[in-house]
Parts: sequence; structure tokens; C-alpha cells
Amino acid sequence: MPSAPSKLYADDVSLLVVTLDTNPFFWSTFSVSFSDFLSQVLAFLNSILLLSQLNQLVVIATGCNSCGYVYDSASSKNHAPPTASMPALYSNLLHNLEQFVARDQKLSKPDHDTQGIVPASLLSGALSMALCYIQRAFRSGSMHPQPRILCLQGSADGPEQYVAIMNAIFSAQRSTVPIDSCYIGSNNSAFLQQASYITGGIYYKPPQLDGLFQYLSTVFATDLHSRAFLRLPKSLGVDFRASCFCHKQTIDMGYVCSVCLSIFCERHDKCSTCGSVFGQAKQDVTSANSKKRKA
Amino acid sequence: MSKIPERPLNGDVEDDDEDEANDGLEAWERTYAEDRSWEDLQEDESGLLRPIDDTAIYHAQYRRRLRALASTAATARIQKGLIRYLYVVVDLSKAASERDFRPSRMAVIGRQVETFIREFFDQNPLSHVGLVTIKDGIAHCLTELGGSPESHIKALMGKLDCSGDASLQNALELVLGYLNQIPSYGHREVLILYSALSTCDPGDLMETIQKCKKSKIRCSVIGLAAEMFICKHLCQETGGTYYVALDETHFKELILEHAPPPPAISEYATANLIKMGFPQRAAEGSVAICTCHEEAKTGGGYTCPRCKVRVCELPTECRICGLTLISSPHLARSYHHLFPIVPFDEVSPSSQNDPHNSLLNTCFGCQQSLHTQGSKPGLSVTCPKCKQQFCLDCDIYIHESLHNCPGCESFRHSKSEIASQ
Ligand SMILES: [Zn+2]
Ligand SMILES: [Zn+2]
Ligand SMILES: [Zn+2]
Ligand SMILES: [Zn+2]
Ligand SMILES: [Zn+2]
Ligand SMILES: [Zn+2]
Repeated sequence: MPSAPSKLYADDVSLLVVTLDTNPFFWSTFSVSFSDFLSQVLAFLNSILLLSQLNQLVVIATGCNSCGYVYDSASSKNHAPPTASMPALYSNLLHNLEQFVARDQKLSKPDHDTQGIVPASLLSGALSMALCYIQRAFRSGSMHPQPRILCLQGSADGPEQYVAIMNAIFSAQRSTVPIDSCYIGSNNSAFLQQASYITGGIYYKPPQLDGLFQYLSTVFATDLHSRAFLRLPKSLGVDFRASCFCHKQTIDMGYVCSVCLSIFCERHDKCSTCGSVFGQAKQDVTSANSKKRKA
Repeated sequence: MSKIPERPLNGDVEDDDEDEANDGLEAWERTYAEDRSWEDLQEDESGLLRPIDDTAIYHAQYRRRLRALASTAATARIQKGLIRYLYVVVDLSKAASERDFRPSRMAVIGRQVETFIREFFDQNPLSHVGLVTIKDGIAHCLTELGGSPESHIKALMGKLDCSGDASLQNALELVLGYLNQIPSYGHREVLILYSALSTCDPGDLMETIQKCKKSKIRCSVIGLAAEMFICKHLCQETGGTYYVALDETHFKELILEHAPPPPAISEYATANLIKMGFPQRAAEGSVAICTCHEEAKTGGGYTCPRCKVRVCELPTECRICGLTLISSPHLARSYHHLFPIVPFDEVSPSSQNDPHNSLLNTCFGCQQSLHTQGSKPGLSVTCPKCKQQFCLDCDIYIHESLHNCPGCESFRHSKSEIASQ
């Protein structure tokens, strides 16, 4: 792994970019309602801003047809006026989120409603936007806050986003931005497990959602400096299986094209990605050669 | 990457053009950081000396390179030699002690080879590198072909002293012997960093060059002194490149050009399907006996999907069943070479002031305002597929590091359109 050049950070000032899963197909089938979830998340987000006056918070909504910024604590364009009953964060975020959800709904094509299958949220887009925002913070000078990404995700992985999500993960790794993930769906998310493992973030699946605020505030509110002193959840294994290019199936053994490294679940004569025609299967020659090399 | 400030700002920056590219140093301070700092100055309208505003130049250069890349990609099919077996030959004859590079050619080579090896493994995670040195007319294999950057760097740093003459033939013969054993799907390459202006060979060098050509080894040379006919001949015959470095920055540029995978030439390596296993990483607390160290280990290891034994590190070959074990992220690191994103179109500042466009006045990626950047009119670019606008900084970041268009990724429609293309 390449060691990134050391950067000068203010020790414990954070820039937290949160991606918030708003996929209506997921929330309509999930045991907890979106508003219950949101009320716990809002309390957590507010506590991030209260931890330090200098902390910065950005929220990106991850819809199933689009992604969009819904809150930026550094922006001067937070329209909604603060009311006595609600902090400015809540009113701004809720106002923008409402607009976003309505827009996202309008974008869905009628023919897209495939019965039974929950379409994945556009996590690749939200991660890409988050990384662009963080690069801007890096450009802002040598005393920038320490950035990290938190994915609040519920819907299942979209295999068609595999390449894009991996690209985002490697870019985050190169600029030493950890991706934390709090996954509330039923199975584990292999994408987020890999994202957190590769970038050095925390992957956590809360065992129950009533106390979500507690999990969020004890695990994900800690800045990177304090993490060295805490006992945070350990990784319970990472699913490194690949998905094949031909059927988008998850496989643990497969064939790899030596020219373009595309993964296939069965033998082909020709690579569908790069068009190479495969020669004779020289599997035995290969292993014999490498044994010779070791000897 | 080199733009990230490495030092804190010392002293107040009185200059009003905020030029982050200067590492936070004033032009006069940089006199001590590097030589020839006067080349970085220009005269402004009133005759005052100012540091060159190199962000604009940098961006123009980058766009030119991007266009060149895109045009070559359009003509040739996207085939890259992603599994590479590369020997780096470092000339440590006494010519390497010359001080025309600061502090010496040898030190510069050491420094840049280190950067190169890291970058190489970042871009070619399935590839192998070996190091060979030439000294006293003899070629010596410093490290065998392997995948760990740290061990190569450590070996080279311990051996940086020079003496005697250089011998191209001995080096090529040695490398030839090793590269003839590698599997047929691998791309064989040699990169020679040559300081000497002569070669002291025991036999006929021309014959060796023909042997390299026959074994399909692509030889490239970066010279540190002056152009030599024999090097040019070697590179021409074997399909490599030959350049002579002018200074350290140029040398760095030249050596890093060898980091991205070269276009795959079908006659150089045969395409093949390789059977591979993708093991899962075990939970942090689990205990198992690994096959590589043959001892009980606590903590995350990987389990071979075919015979279920534990191995400690990837990529490797299973000791029991011989399956190549790899983690899928290793493969995914190279996928951006296969699905490159198209260059963005430039938007002229005039069309940006249309009332039609006034809603889109922030960069889609980073939300930075595109209207005014200081006194200059804000330049911006748009993605031809999703029509979103981006600032120039995001443009560079997206094409150089992220390899995703945030706009295309965040609209399902544009995504499905791309898939159908
Ligand atoms: Zn398949
Ligand atoms: Zn292929
Ligand atoms: Zn072991
Ligand atoms: Zn095995
Ligand atoms: Zn931008
Ligand atoms: Zn786009």
C-alpha cells in the first residue's frame, strides 16, 4: 500500500460527510420507519456539531434514482429560518431532504418498477460526490479538518455499481480518508465491509435499532485521533468474494482473463470485456513453472 | 499528489494570489529548496516579478495529456498488459557517482526508484518486480521477482554504492535467464536506468539483443548522461522506449511513465483464462493453523475456497491445492484502465453567464461556486454523458484518481444508458 504524504491536521477537528440512504423501496419494506430512523440520526448529527465548534458536517442523500447534497454546515445557503422549536440543522436538513425525496420520486420511470426486487441505492454516486467534496477541503490549505465518510446504508448492494464503488474506495485509500459504515439491512453489505476494511474505517451492523443513537454516538462520533485510545468493534470477517462479469453472481472461485482481469464464473473462448481469444488452457504449465521458480 | 503541502506555512503569505501549488513557500524561499528558482518567475504588467501561476499551465498540460490518451484509446481496443513481470536494472558503475544531478545520479535514482516501485504496485497489483544492479562489469540480481514493494526498496537502499564499468550484455543475459521462466500470459519487461556512456561486454551484445527480441522482452532505457546508439537500437528492436533525462523532475516523469500498464500486444503474451480463488477474510479473533508459516495464528487470515486451509496473506498460491488465491479488490484496482471515463468538455466563460445556466452555478462534485474564482472568470467543464458541470480541480481529481463521474454515478437513467451503449 502506498503511504500517503503526512498531512498537517488540526488534531480533533472533523469533517464528517454522511451518506444517507433514502431508498423508498427499502424503507417501505423495513421494520423501522424512515422517520424513526431519521430522528435518531438527526440527534447524532447535531451532537457531532456540538462536539466542537469547528466540526464540519455534510449530508448527501443516496436515493434510488439520484443523489444530492442535503446539508452543508459550511454553506451560507441554508435557507430555512431557524425556529424556536428546532435547531437550524434540523429545519434546513429536513427542508432539503423533503425536496430531494420528491425530486427522486419524480425521476423514477414507470417501467422501472420491477415487482419484488428492491432496486439498490446509488451508493457509488454518493461516495464519488463525498470524495470530491473532501478533495476541496484538502485544497483549502494545510490546516483543514480531518475528513471521514460515514455511510448510513440499508438497501442491499447493487452489483452493477461494483467497479465504480471499488474505484471510489481506492481513491479514498490513496487520500487516507476512512469510510465508516453503519449497515442496518438484513444481511451484511460486502461493498461496505470492503470499503471500511480497505480504508481503515469501522464497519458496524447494530444488533438492534431501538438504541441506534447510542450505537452511532459511541462508535461513529469518535474522531480519528481518539480512535487510537478506544476499543471499537472488531471486524467480523470481510466478504472478499467477487462478482462475475457475465451474470453478476457472487463467486468464490472463477476464471480471470489474463489481459484485462475480468472475472467469469465459467470457461469462455473469448473475453467479453476486451475481446481477447484465449489460447490453450495452460493451467498445468503455469503451476509447474512457478514451482520451478521457487525451487 | 505532489501538490499536497508538505510543510506548514512559515511566515505570513502577503501575496494575494493564493497559490497552493508552491508548497506554501515564497519564491525567494524556494531558492534554498531547489535550484533554478528564477525559472519560476515571470514579469507582470507593471514589471514586477511574480511567481508563475502554474495552476492554469498545469491544467492545460493535463488536458492535453488526457486528449492524447483518449485518442489513442479510441483507435486501439482497450487491451492492457495487466500481468507484468518487470526487471529494473540499475547501473551502479562509477558513472553513477557523477554530481550533475543533485546530490548524485545514484541518490536520485534511489529516490525515484522508490517512488516508482510504490506507484507500480499501486497500478499493477498482480505484477512482479525484480531488481538487478550493474557494477564492476558484472550484473547482480538484487531481488528476485516478487510482489512486495517494501522488500525491493529496502534491498536497493542498502546497496547504493558504485564502482567499475557497466555491462549491458551481462545485465540482459541475467534478466533473460529469469524472464524465460515466467508463464506465457505474463508481459516481460526490462527497464534500464543507465548512467554510463559505454558498455564493457564479454561477447556480442547484438546477439543478446536478438535473443531478447526472440523472447519477447520489451526493453526500455532511461539514460542519465547522453544518447547512446546501442541503447536506442536495443529499444527499437524490442519495442521499448528510450529517453535521456534532463534533470530530476524530468527523470521522475520518465520513470513514472512506466507505471501504468502498457498496451497489450497479442504477440508478446498469449491471452489465457487463469483459474483463481477469492478467499474470505476470517473474523479478527479466530484461531487457525496457517499453511504458510505452519503455526497456529490468531486473527484474520484467509481460507482457500477449494481445500479450506488457512493462508496469512494474499495474493498467493495455495500450498495444498495450487489454486491462485487473490482478493477481489486486487483485481478491481486495475478495472479503471478498462472502463476509462471520457474527457470532459470545456465550457467557455461566456456561455456560463446565460440565464439558462444560472441554476447550475456550483460544481456538481464539490459544490464550489463556478462563477468567480478570485478575479478570473471561473472556468468549468461538463461531462458529455450526464451534462453536469464540474470545476477544474474536480476535473483533474475525477480523471486522475477517482475514475468515476459523480454525475453519471448518481443518476440511474444515465447509468442505464451507459450500460446499453
Ligand atoms: Zn457468471
Ligand atoms: Zn479480457
Ligand atoms: Zn502464515
Ligand atoms: Zn487450496
Ligand atoms: Zn468541484
Ligand atoms: Zn458524467
